[in-house]
Amino acid sequence: MDLISESGSAILTSFGLTLRLAVFSGIFSLLLGVVLATFRVSPVPVLRWIGAAVVYTFRNTPLTLVMFFTLFGLSYQLGFSFDKDLLYRNNFWLAVLALSVYTSTFVCEVLRAGINTVPLGQAEAARAIGLTFTQNLRLVVLPQALRSVINPLASVLIAMTKNTTVAVTIGVTTATMVNEASGQMKSLMERNSDQILLIFIIFAVGFMILTLPIGFIAGWAAKRFAVIR
Amino acid sequence: MKFQKIAALVGALALAGSLAACGSDDSGSDAGGDKIKIGIKFDQPGLGFKESDGSYSGFDVDMAEYIAKGLGYDEDQIQWVEAVSANRETFLKDGTVDMILATYSITDERKAEVDFAGPYYVAGQDLLVAADNTDITGPESLDGKKLCSVTGSTSAQKVKDEYSKGVQLQEFDTYSKCVGAIENGQLDAMTTDNIILAGFAQQDPGKFKIVGKPFSEENYGVGLPKGSKDRDKINDLIEKSFEDGAWEKAFNDNLGDSGYELPEPPTVDRY
Repeated sequence: MDLISESGSAILTSFGLTLRLAVFSGIFSLLLGVVLATFRVSPVPVLRWIGAAVVYTFRNTPLTLVMFFTLFGLSYQLGFSFDKDLLYRNNFWLAVLALSVYTSTFVCEVLRAGINTVPLGQAEAARAIGLTFTQNLRLVVLPQALRSVINPLASVLIAMTKNTTVAVTIGVTTATMVNEASGQMKSLMERNSDQILLIFIIFAVGFMILTLPIGFIAGWAAKRFAVIR
Repeated sequence: MKFQKIAALVGALALAGSLAACGSDDSGSDAGGDKIKIGIKFDQPGLGFKESDGSYSGFDVDMAEYIAKGLGYDEDQIQWVEAVSANRETFLKDGTVDMILATYSITDERKAEVDFAGPYYVAGQDLLVAADNTDITGPESLDGKKLCSVTGSTSAQKVKDEYSKGVQLQEFDTYSKCVGAIENGQLDAMTTDNIILAGFAQQDPGKFKIVGKPFSEENYGVGLPKGSKDRDKINDLIEKSFEDGAWEKAFNDNLGDSGYELPEPPTVDRY
């Protein structure tokens, strides 16, 4: 158990970074996903086209490429950066950007499926009492749609949490140069090649600790907030 | 008509069966000495590199061929196996490979698990910068600069801890990304063993230079399973390659255009 005593704190720090990536990307991808879904069901054709273009582009591109593009395309070629002075901060937010945009397309499609479960009469009734499109969506359709897709949304978030490992492509680290979980795993395996199996188990369990609660909470919430029809 | 079809099918099956038998014969006889399995890197240009046409090139590859030849193996009896840093000891222990030439530094920790012949090369950690860079003169001159290395390597952390506290580090999963970012001016330098840097400089002669102030010493050895009886023979072969020019030729063929000078051959350590 030398591994734990020597690298235990580094492993915890790396999962802390993974958690931060997941939390920020989770929040932004949910927000952006709602916006995209709104675009895709909106009565304005241009907005529908924009929504569809974003979803088709990013949902069908490997995340590694999206991640790579944020650093090499966006930051290096186009000169966009979140932090001009500190590399590690720039990389972190670029990774959050890539994860958020990529995941939001899946959130959007899940939400659209949810919107389809809301009976047409609901939207028609809302229109009949004079609600505008945004009021209709915000007050009537989306609340019902969200409640019916809690479990599929949790699957998207679990996948996103595991996708944070792709951040190793652009070298996301803390200020003290501790990598996120997958980079940390690689470093540990390089240095403790005799304990590869143990390292695998530690990181597999680590990810389960992060993702299992998402599933449990979603299962509970889906029951608690189920739309009774 | 029907009979002919069945006959053809049986014939095809018999052929497939004999081919399969052939395959298993081959792998079964490895221990007998028909083939030698050598672990190399596949992703280090100039050292151990798998070309896009499936052939292998590099200094380690040429040295491995020289040693295999001395041990009595023809070129077509060599089976190349990719040995990434993390699984080198495991491969030697479980017999996946018979020997390893993959920028494998001799250390006391590794000596406890595997045997080493050589060293056949002494490398040192150094810096690669763009050819027109003049303000980076060594590891102490990196304050405020952006230094690149690969995930899992401790070389960049060492620069930050021991030489330039104000250096910013960028890690990528491959060295080629570092090279691209230095070429375009987004990063200032990359660090690892000088001979590995030379391999990347060789790919684009004239674009990069190696600073040339090594700040560590890495003795590259030939990794062998513990208790290997070929060790003395390989040590002899390494010494012979220093004398008959094969060592120098292996270097010049693979790294001659990198602008990095071949150092003196090391003394073989027969521990």
